[in-house]
Amino acid sequence: MTDFEPVLLANKTKDRSWTLTVYESGGGYQTLRQVLRHKSPQDVTKAVEASGLRGRGGAGYPTALKWSFLPMDHPGPFYMCANADESEPGTFCNRVQLECDPHQVLEGIILSCYATRIRRAYIFLRYEYHLAYQRLEDAIKEAYAAGYLGSNIAGSDFSLDIFVHRGAGAYICGEETGLLASIEGKRPYPRSKPPFPTSRGLFGKPTVINNVETLACVVHILQRGEEWFRSIGTPPPPEDPKELGSFGPKIFSLSGHVNRPGVYELPLGIPCRDLIERHGGGVWKGRRAKAVVVGGISTGILSCHELDTPLDFVGPVRAGCLGLGTGGVIVLDETFPIVELMYNGCRFFAHESCGQCTPCREGVPYAFQIVEAIRGGRGRLVDLDTLLEISQNIGITPGTTICGLADGAAWIVKTCVNKFREELEDYIRRTNPTGYKRRLPLGTIMLPPGVPAGIKTRFPKTLPPQGTSALSRSSQETGGN
Amino acid sequence: MAIALVDGIVVEFDEREKLNGIQLARRAGIEIPHYCWHPGLSVVASCRMCLVEVGKHEPTTGDIFFFPRLMPACNIPASDGIVLVTQSAKVQQARAMVQEDLLLRHPVDCPICDKAGECYLQDYYFKYGHKQRRTPWHPFTSRRKDIGEKITLFVDRCIMCSRCVRFTREISGSGELMIVDRGNEQVIDIFPGFPLNNKLSGNVVDLCPVGALGDKEFLYKQRVWYLRSHGSICIECATGCALWVDENQDRIWRIRPRENPFVNKWWICNDGRYAYPYIHSPQRLTTAARRSPDGWRPLNAKTLLQELSAFLQEKERWVAVLSPFLTVEEAYLLARVIRQADPRAPLVLGYVPRTGRDETFPGGFTIAAEKCPNRRGVEEVIGYFARDVRPIDELPQVIHRHGAEALWITGGCRHGWEPIPWLEEIRELKLPVVLQDIFPSPLSESSEFIIPGATFAEKPGSYVNRHHRLQMVRAAIRPPKGVLPEGKLLWQLEGREGPYDPAAVLQELAEDIVYFRAALGPIPETGVDLRVNLLANSATDASNGPAAESMTIDS
Repeated sequence: MTDFEPVLLANKTKDRSWTLTVYESGGGYQTLRQVLRHKSPQDVTKAVEASGLRGRGGAGYPTALKWSFLPMDHPGPFYMCANADESEPGTFCNRVQLECDPHQVLEGIILSCYATRIRRAYIFLRYEYHLAYQRLEDAIKEAYAAGYLGSNIAGSDFSLDIFVHRGAGAYICGEETGLLASIEGKRPYPRSKPPFPTSRGLFGKPTVINNVETLACVVHILQRGEEWFRSIGTPPPPEDPKELGSFGPKIFSLSGHVNRPGVYELPLGIPCRDLIERHGGGVWKGRRAKAVVVGGISTGILSCHELDTPLDFVGPVRAGCLGLGTGGVIVLDETFPIVELMYNGCRFFAHESCGQCTPCREGVPYAFQIVEAIRGGRGRLVDLDTLLEISQNIGITPGTTICGLADGAAWIVKTCVNKFREELEDYIRRTNPTGYKRRLPLGTIMLPPGVPAGIKTRFPKTLPPQGTSALSRSSQETGGN
Repeated sequence: MAIALVDGIVVEFDEREKLNGIQLARRAGIEIPHYCWHPGLSVVASCRMCLVEVGKHEPTTGDIFFFPRLMPACNIPASDGIVLVTQSAKVQQARAMVQEDLLLRHPVDCPICDKAGECYLQDYYFKYGHKQRRTPWHPFTSRRKDIGEKITLFVDRCIMCSRCVRFTREISGSGELMIVDRGNEQVIDIFPGFPLNNKLSGNVVDLCPVGALGDKEFLYKQRVWYLRSHGSICIECATGCALWVDENQDRIWRIRPRENPFVNKWWICNDGRYAYPYIHSPQRLTTAARRSPDGWRPLNAKTLLQELSAFLQEKERWVAVLSPFLTVEEAYLLARVIRQADPRAPLVLGYVPRTGRDETFPGGFTIAAEKCPNRRGVEEVIGYFARDVRPIDELPQVIHRHGAEALWITGGCRHGWEPIPWLEEIRELKLPVVLQDIFPSPLSESSEFIIPGATFAEKPGSYVNRHHRLQMVRAAIRPPKGVLPEGKLLWQLEGREGPYDPAAVLQELAEDIVYFRAALGPIPETGVDLRVNLLANSATDASNGPAAESMTIDS
């Protein structure tokens, strides 16, 4: 692939790139002036639609389609929320953007609000991004002073106010409806959809929620044209016309066991191996990669045999992962025990679960406890099946929870167990040589077969002869009130 | 009519009813298990127990398209052509997993839990759970925390359905309860210094699907499988909430709300819930007696009847006080008995206790200021027999004008006769008083006859609440020995044969009195709105307020 000239991170290397003067000297806010003068909101939406821009926050939803769901006959007000609550382990793309080039994000927000006729926007910023907060606040002040924000922006009749809302350090605030609840001042419980935020969102009004990177892309789509945008990335395969394709640049944050960790802006569809070898300088200490977390820990992992997977919206899915996610790539070298990754992932999601839905609140800590037992040398081979079953029920089966947080734990567990089962079994045999074969927990009361009705479990082989348990009443007698 | 398909069963429904999946399945006779959903509260869809597979029937092609996601039935609006599958392997797997998850940290201390026997966690685990626990850890912590005067919280039993939190926010509007912490460490709690002491707080115990919230009045008193529930009506105020009276061998242990969408929905107030101990008070009058020169002469049922009949014959001019605590039937019988003895006897409405103002909560529940159950019904009975309804304050004037020789007074208020400004006047007149009451009072000391009365739980009959809704109840327990329920006594006094039959009396008075015409025929559990009849009568009037208003649902 030819060298790609970064646009989203073009200002990164400039001195004091976060100031308005530097941004304007690089052609900043010119697009905004042009658009406000010559283009209607419909034109902007059409350009974004033609560009095939998909959300960079994780799910990859087509941005223009999301905008189009705003009800036309609603009296308003409408709101825009720019999601910068980037808390996924291994992801720091938005941070670099906001620290180095906050004005680009602001311009993107202004253009998107112009397209959707929104008068009020919130930037939901992760609390831990102190420097980004300072620079964003300064940038907003500068933008107000320069007339890019407030009423009658750049001489047009379009007005917009932007507010920065800092989260309080909870991962769940990055979920779009959790984010809304947090801005409203409530517990960030994700809401059951429908209604979708585009019909009832912030303060009960129609709301568009986009990632800041998505919004920054809008600037470049309008500046360079949708053709330019479509020339980058992977087009949809001709045999599958339903596929949307992955166009445009994407910021990847590379970390872990690589020689040059950092933030790289690359076209979508770059093979994972290219990212690590060419841009990241290869795996450290001359070792080989064992596994790669594709896009933030919630999306699952690629094994070393799948490193040629293109990093676009479909490649990781074909390789058995959740998706591209946020583009946070973590490289693990060959010496890294995979159980540690599972342990870290499950601990994170168990800690960050908001506690609303039962499968997530209890299921993720359940998985964590099992992984902890395995890691601590108390694992059993049967635990791996239990882990798969739990992951199936907390996220792989769609719809078991309100939001997608539990999916994160589910996918990391599922991909680890599926792709590294041999290693995990070896680990269990090695660390628990006396108990790895045990199937049932000690001290379990066994019920005679056929009594409380339920689904088939995996245990009937080892049940004792009938009549040995005191608990032999039928479910009809004991259940029901 | 829209049509839905639930597990292959065709259900017809009206889309304007705004049913959800659980209610829709109920129409088909299928129970979808659920914890967090409650018809009276907002939907959070967080317990994930009611997950079902949802499909959509395409009328043009006849195909059924299934959504790939499992959906919570509580959050699915029932629409035409919707298809629910509640028993598939996927659904059963999800339910079993939710059950396993809920029991992971649950103490399973059912032997010492008050909820055992009526606990949804127990029931659903047996129906939908795994056969056995596969986790090697067995937590047993049962932290208890007092969160209010009447309510205690067993922290570890909680399954975080958040019904109680939503109740305090949406129905009582006081918002004492909240969820603190997050993930699997989150617990229900109160803000320090702001306990759960609102007037509806008892409802959170009924709402709790598990044993996390306990009622201190009921805690460790009875196992629920010994209790029998009887439908009844609260007599603590004019709202007339529907109740379940839970008794074991004629001892009431608990009062719970009974669902009545027209009166109290699913709630009752603490005043009604915790009032029942007076029924078992040792101070209650339990012996009928007549004054004699050497003190009180006790009477048994037979002699009382004889002496009362004779006394009724003996005196010619009577005045009767009909208490608003009487049932409609009793008031009617008493009026008839008195009118037999004295065809022109005035009838006076008894003591109507009032305190403060009506108290309405954000959820629409109202505690009436009028603390008696049946003023309206008794007034209408009096209005049928006498020309006007006189309040009890005018009793001395009524006595004077009529030249009364004897008085028949009925009580029944558990707070007694506070205050009685006319008591002294009656004493001076030295009128013989026949008193039916449940507690001794200054009045009982100066009366001729004392007849112990029955409380609401001990007698059948019907009450008319302030919104003209007549509800009929049966006796929940037998009255204490020696107590003669008013209706039974009056039935015999009037010379009727057989056991006291309030339903027959109600039919009779419904035929007699226009107001009660709507009560003809069987009375449903939720009662009848007597204004339906008034509506028919006033149909000839212009389409004005009362007629239109009578069609609205009481709340």
